[in-house]
Amino acid sequence: MKIEIKDLHFTYPSGLEALRGISLMIESGEQVAIVGQNGAGKTTLVKHLNGLLQPAGGQVLIGDWDTAQHSVAKLASRVGYVFQNPDEQLFSKNVGAEVAFGPKNLGRSAEQVQALVKDALALTELTDKTETNPYDLSATWRKMVALASIISMDTQIVIFDEPTTGQDAVNVARIANVIAELRNRGKTVITITHDIDFCAENFERVIAMSQGTILLDGKANDVLGQEETLATTYVDPPQLTRLGKRLGFRNTVRNQEEFLNNLQGRV
Amino acid sequence: MAIVNLQNVTYKYPLTDSPALQGINLQVEEGEFVAVIGPNGAGKSTLCYTLAGFVPHFFKGELTGTVEVAGNESQNSTLSEWVLNVGLAFQNPFNQISGAKYTVFEELAFGLENIGIPRQEMKTRVQDAMKLTGISDLADRSPYSLSGGQQQRVALTSILVMQPKVLVLDEPTSQMDPIGTREVFGVIHGMAERGLTVILAEHKVEWIAQFADRVIALKEGQILLDGTPAKVLTSPLLQENGFGISRYTSTARRARETGLWGKQELPVTLEQAVEGFNSAFPHGEGQGVNAK
Repeated sequence: MKIEIKDLHFTYPSGLEALRGISLMIESGEQVAIVGQNGAGKTTLVKHLNGLLQPAGGQVLIGDWDTAQHSVAKLASRVGYVFQNPDEQLFSKNVGAEVAFGPKNLGRSAEQVQALVKDALALTELTDKTETNPYDLSATWRKMVALASIISMDTQIVIFDEPTTGQDAVNVARIANVIAELRNRGKTVITITHDIDFCAENFERVIAMSQGTILLDGKANDVLGQEETLATTYVDPPQLTRLGKRLGFRNTVRNQEEFLNNLQGRV
Repeated sequence: MAIVNLQNVTYKYPLTDSPALQGINLQVEEGEFVAVIGPNGAGKSTLCYTLAGFVPHFFKGELTGTVEVAGNESQNSTLSEWVLNVGLAFQNPFNQISGAKYTVFEELAFGLENIGIPRQEMKTRVQDAMKLTGISDLADRSPYSLSGGQQQRVALTSILVMQPKVLVLDEPTSQMDPIGTREVFGVIHGMAERGLTVILAEHKVEWIAQFADRVIALKEGQILLDGTPAKVLTSPLLQENGFGISRYTSTARRARETGLWGKQELPVTLEQAVEGFNSAFPHGEGQGVNAK
């Protein structure tokens, strides 16, 4: 299920022109990170993918559906959206019910719901917390409940808005595992993030946005190596990319394996 | 003499079974910049609340041991007395802004009004504090019209006008983008340089390594490590216990296993890593040597 965005424009009622002509194609099964300073239009862009916002100009296609012609409820069967703050989306009395809500609403049968919930809880390591009230969990685990409640909807496209904000190293690794598993399942994953090291280690394609436009779009190594252009949207390259550059590596590196391979080559 | 003195502090929140802090002994010298690291749930926020008097005065629960700042004991003070000792900045500046004021200037004067500072002194203090944190140009803006980094700098300034003896910050940049993070760390660093005692709970180890005098690693409510950034942030115990560490450290450790790192201490910052990797290969000396 391809995502196609054609010359998308959006202006908020305040008059703020948040998107100024975005054109973009994302193939089924791609893993894409969107980076850029606050106010660049990242969240505004992804809110167009499930119809939370409607284009002021241009078009957004999710497969063969034009988002202007489908309700948010309908689009929810194709696009799952995990908000930045889990507290904006959690409301059930226990984790199991929370995670069952989405697939139930999509009209799945009781058996299907049960299987989807079981799978989503296992993937997010929440199985032992099924009966717990989400608000009795730490913020870290509430984040995982938010992830699970979207994964259980089994949509082809999954969007994460700042999944690692305020998370510790252990939970960042858990979230990376979830994203890797979604990739294995052939899902399209789109993630907004300020955590550039997380971006470098988990995404093949990176889009850098600035002031409502796309600044860079390409393979992670190509985008993350462009230090000067990224600086215009206040993004620093990943730690190991910067280090590789300082050590004079010819290739742009973005993770430990690539760094160590290049280091071997230098000796 | 230590300005902060925690003796055998153990604390349990109401209705919980296990203590959030356990047997904490901590002495902080005047002017020291101490960073506190630890996985979520390790007790970083609870330690901040304890220093700021919210534990036990606001959260109740059971506190044993003694919490002393500048010779005063927290348990013998009220919260309104305690705010003059210790200023606390929250993770989310939004939680700190009063909501009762229309401009940044008024917001900054709010705390001073509450402790009855004369009008002229209030003005002077607010203006001076704004200058220090570089937000004078925001004086007439609404606190709600600001970016995250600006808002956090306003929140920090609203604490500094109170002239606390100790500044406690609970992950002040966790909700910020990189530019906001840089702005906020700029202010914190400036305060520490001016001799204010700073205690900062933070995940971002690269920043800690550049600014802190000392790092305390908390795990399950107890102090696991306490020492210089170079020692604590490169300790193998961190990775084993689920702490976030710098990519420079973890990568140099891997490189060392295969003989690609010399005898130096493991790096925490970019500069340390560049220096270390360059000096590990005498024939590849200097920066900018191309791969063969």
